[in-house]
Amino acid sequence: MRTDEAQIAVGALAGGAGNGEGASGGNGPDGGDGMQWPAASGSVPPRAYVTGVTMGLGAVLMFFMALVSAYIVRKGMPNSGWIALPAMPRILWLNTLVLIASSVALAQARGRFRAGDSREFRRWWGAATILGLFFLAGQIIAWRELASSGVYLATNASGSFFYLFTAAHGLHLAGGLIALVWVLRLPTRRLTLGTATEVAAMFWHFMDGLWVFLFLLLMLVR
Amino acid sequence: MSAEAEVSARTQAARQHAAAGAPRGFVRKYIFSTDHKVIGIQYYALALAAVLVGVVLSIFMRLHLAWPALHLPFVSGGVMTPEQYEALLTMHGTIMVFFVLTTAPQGAFGNYFLPIQIGAPDMAFPRLNMLSFWITLVSFLCMISAFFVPGGAPLSGWTAYAPLSALGQVTGPGEGLGQTIWLVSIGVFCIAMLLGALNFISTTIDMRAPGMSLFRMPLTVWAWFVTAILSLLSFAVLLAAVVMLLLDRTAGTSFFVPAATVVSEQLQRHSGGSPLLWEHLFWFFGHPEVYIAILPGMGVTSHLLSTFSRKPVFGYKAMVWAICAIGLLGFLVWGHHMFVSGMSPYSAFAFSLLTLSIGVPSAIKTFNWLGTIWGGKLQFTTAMLFALGFVSIFVTGGLSGLFLAQPAVDSMLHATYYVVAHFHLIMGVAALFGIFAATYFWFPKMFGRMMNERLGKLHFWCTFVGAYLIFFPMHFVGLAGGIRRYADFTAVDYLWRLQPLQRFITWAAFATAAAQIFFLWNFFWSLRRGEKAPRNPWRATTLEWITASPPPHDNFAGNYPRVYRGPYEFSVPGTAEDFLMQDVPTGPEKGARE
Amino acid sequence: MLAVALTGLVGAAVYFFVWGKWGPPAAITPVGKEVDRQYQLTLAITGAIFILAQLGLAFAVLRYRGSGRGAHYSHGNNKLEFLWTFATTVIFLGLGLLGYKAWGAVRLTPASPGAIPIEVTTSQFVYNFRYTGPDGRFGMTDPKLISPSTGNPLGLDPNDPAGRDDIVVPTLTVPVGREIDLLIRSQDVIHSVFVRELRLQQDAVPGLTVPLHFTADKIGTYDIVCTQLCGLGHSRMHSYLNVVSESDYESFLKRQEQLLRQAGGR
Repeated sequence: MRTDEAQIAVGALAGGAGNGEGASGGNGPDGGDGMQWPAASGSVPPRAYVTGVTMGLGAVLMFFMALVSAYIVRKGMPNSGWIALPAMPRILWLNTLVLIASSVALAQARGRFRAGDSREFRRWWGAATILGLFFLAGQIIAWRELASSGVYLATNASGSFFYLFTAAHGLHLAGGLIALVWVLRLPTRRLTLGTATEVAAMFWHFMDGLWVFLFLLLMLVR
Repeated sequence: MSAEAEVSARTQAARQHAAAGAPRGFVRKYIFSTDHKVIGIQYYALALAAVLVGVVLSIFMRLHLAWPALHLPFVSGGVMTPEQYEALLTMHGTIMVFFVLTTAPQGAFGNYFLPIQIGAPDMAFPRLNMLSFWITLVSFLCMISAFFVPGGAPLSGWTAYAPLSALGQVTGPGEGLGQTIWLVSIGVFCIAMLLGALNFISTTIDMRAPGMSLFRMPLTVWAWFVTAILSLLSFAVLLAAVVMLLLDRTAGTSFFVPAATVVSEQLQRHSGGSPLLWEHLFWFFGHPEVYIAILPGMGVTSHLLSTFSRKPVFGYKAMVWAICAIGLLGFLVWGHHMFVSGMSPYSAFAFSLLTLSIGVPSAIKTFNWLGTIWGGKLQFTTAMLFALGFVSIFVTGGLSGLFLAQPAVDSMLHATYYVVAHFHLIMGVAALFGIFAATYFWFPKMFGRMMNERLGKLHFWCTFVGAYLIFFPMHFVGLAGGIRRYADFTAVDYLWRLQPLQRFITWAAFATAAAQIFFLWNFFWSLRRGEKAPRNPWRATTLEWITASPPPHDNFAGNYPRVYRGPYEFSVPGTAEDFLMQDVPTGPEKGARE
Repeated sequence: MLAVALTGLVGAAVYFFVWGKWGPPAAITPVGKEVDRQYQLTLAITGAIFILAQLGLAFAVLRYRGSGRGAHYSHGNNKLEFLWTFATTVIFLGLGLLGYKAWGAVRLTPASPGAIPIEVTTSQFVYNFRYTGPDGRFGMTDPKLISPSTGNPLGLDPNDPAGRDDIVVPTLTVPVGREIDLLIRSQDVIHSVFVRELRLQQDAVPGLTVPLHFTADKIGTYDIVCTQLCGLGHSRMHSYLNVVSESDYESFLKRQEQLLRQAGGR
């Protein structure tokens, strides 16, 4: 039988085991990088969500880097019959601008959130969401443009990669769009909404940056 | 309110809060549970089912190799055909590598004990955790279904090299729907692993109890943590490769199939792809994968050797750095699977040096294991025996890697049974010993009952001796030029002369597989009839042993621990007991400065 | 008891590796012998480590089994750590660097100009070996013309005069002591060419032609096997390397040319 019931109590006290604190997810008075136990809302510190999404984005990055390295290898192979795409669908330029604009709108939204302006926050967030939808629609138009010039998925390697890159990115972005919509529909409870906006925005900005990278890759490395 | 009253009110509140979270009802408790402990056991059950399938497949393979003309039950046609053999081989490798060695060490034990060992009530994302398991199960069922579709299971090996795996039915039976299903299953598996990995990492980084600094984490936690990072980065690459291969098969793309490919006099309508690209992508995943399979076992071994020697781990920090080094270097050595593939011989040499370098942290770990037991007071429980066995097997299996790491020597050993011996010793035996050791060690905690020690020791001896009897002779088969993945050795004279060795191996395999009945019997009997387990039967120091056996839903019944010292404080001079638990504040402080 | 088992293991291992009768046949090229030397060196080093580690484990298990005095409390020994880290690094990397020569001689050195080029074409589940014939040039091939069932397994283009004298045979015949430059190709999936006595192995990858040169110094017949899983016929994919005297080689070539003429050329 353990002799440390008292020690547990002391530990709990020292660790700040209050149900009312710890909401902001900061460090407790515990002399280390440990957490306050148990924290208020379901025991998961908000920054775990940030870590989680960061790790998830790491995996997404590796996925796309695998595709990119395949692209570069394939393009660099001698005598492999690489035919560059006739022209990049022009709407891609517009799409890129739209996506960047959506990221800007999202950043604005978060600024309004931090300032406490709930209505403006939702306006800007909503705008970002709609711009995201436009981006996806624009990608589909780009596909149709490419198809009408005779390049389909299996026509040649550059076409295959184009469709693969844009489809993979678009699928991830669609997931991000769902996250944006989900945030919009959350009631304004400061804590979870704050974390939710942070991680959703992280994901969205990443997808934006990834698109810019892919776009430049497809434009310049042909 | 007095201080004491306030404290007990808080603890009371904490307990109520914890109790309120516990699920009710059979389905929420045992089927769709978000409790990491239940999920851990679910992964274990999945791995157990998978290993039984994998062993049965290997028995059929060994039967055919030893007696190629033998009529076998369940084989359509009676005598196994080469394509059936290759399909069994493919599925054996796939099921063992993915559904046993990637699920049991990490998914089962990692899930169960990572949160508890760091003093957390659960994983960071319990519902995601549940999703990971169910997706893994779907992947497994999908994989099994490949046996039952027209054409049967694929025959391209677990490595699924293109164009054999890319051209469809024309290259062989099972290469039609079977291969496609295989790829879909693996793709789904990748997603499950990615979700699981990010859960492990977030939990380790953000959910540690007060006082649980990184350098106070048990080595098991370090191992699971680094393994999760490897999983996160490598499975993403496999997923990309699988998507491209699926497109080649179904959408007419040519990522991996070059022009001018002619199968059975039919010119294939592909062009410009590179089979080597598949190899690079696959092995970029494939090599970290084998470290994913072994690192948790290494963590368990360190943990058990310390506990049952009543001595701290020798060189804890070096062990941590070794785990990290193995993880990092593991990403840089994939080309050693491709020395004779046609890739640049200069890069072959670079990969060779990097591969030899990875032997250094592995050697450090081995030296430190010996250092841990040196001067200790050894207790030969079954768990300890398996941990010691791990060291022996790891040395044997690891040393044969030194031959394969040199491209010149690899030129005569590549794709022979020498390689088969190497990876079976390291993965099929050592990693499995890690799983067994963990099972015998943590069974009391997971199920509240003790396993039978005598049966356990019997199991150990049969398996330890049996495994060596199976795989040691394989080195010689390989040295003599015995080629792997051959359905039988009848077509080539010099191969047929190795048949006595093949027969010996087959007999050893039967005996060892049969001996596993001791384990299964022990496991299931002890679940019901084992002696009730105390809270800390092994007198160990880490946090899982401060709570009940089995732990309550939130792991600590509201009494979350605070950590005061490192995880291996055994036989500390000047203390009454020969162990100091991590959460007890009395005794000499061993801070994070070690 | 574990100590006994481990000692037994060591004994058996040493016996079988040193005196056991299963091993590769003798190497028939200078590079092959170099590979063998590297192998023996690696065996000596790993053998020593193996014996020390397993016996060390056996000793510790015997000496420190429980009862009596307590364990020695120690967190490690940094000096020892540095020492064995350094030693291991030197030994392992040293081993790798020493093996460079054997690898470089084949892979990083091109075949000498006088080497005999022989094209090796693999397909499910056969080997075809092509010689240039007297004109010294390989004829063009066209995948659309590939038709083993009508005697044109390589798809030789009948319109290319350089191909009229190409000799295509299912086994590999080479003269002793002359350097051979194999040009390894595949028509369908990845196969491989492995001859134990040469200590050489090379995958045949569709879309690539991989050169591999060697000089055999012993007359005899040696097995060529496929080591890369290529389908259901993988275990049956088999051919022979015939190393013959210079005069026998000339006879072989003449006989093949004669057969070509009799068949009316291509």
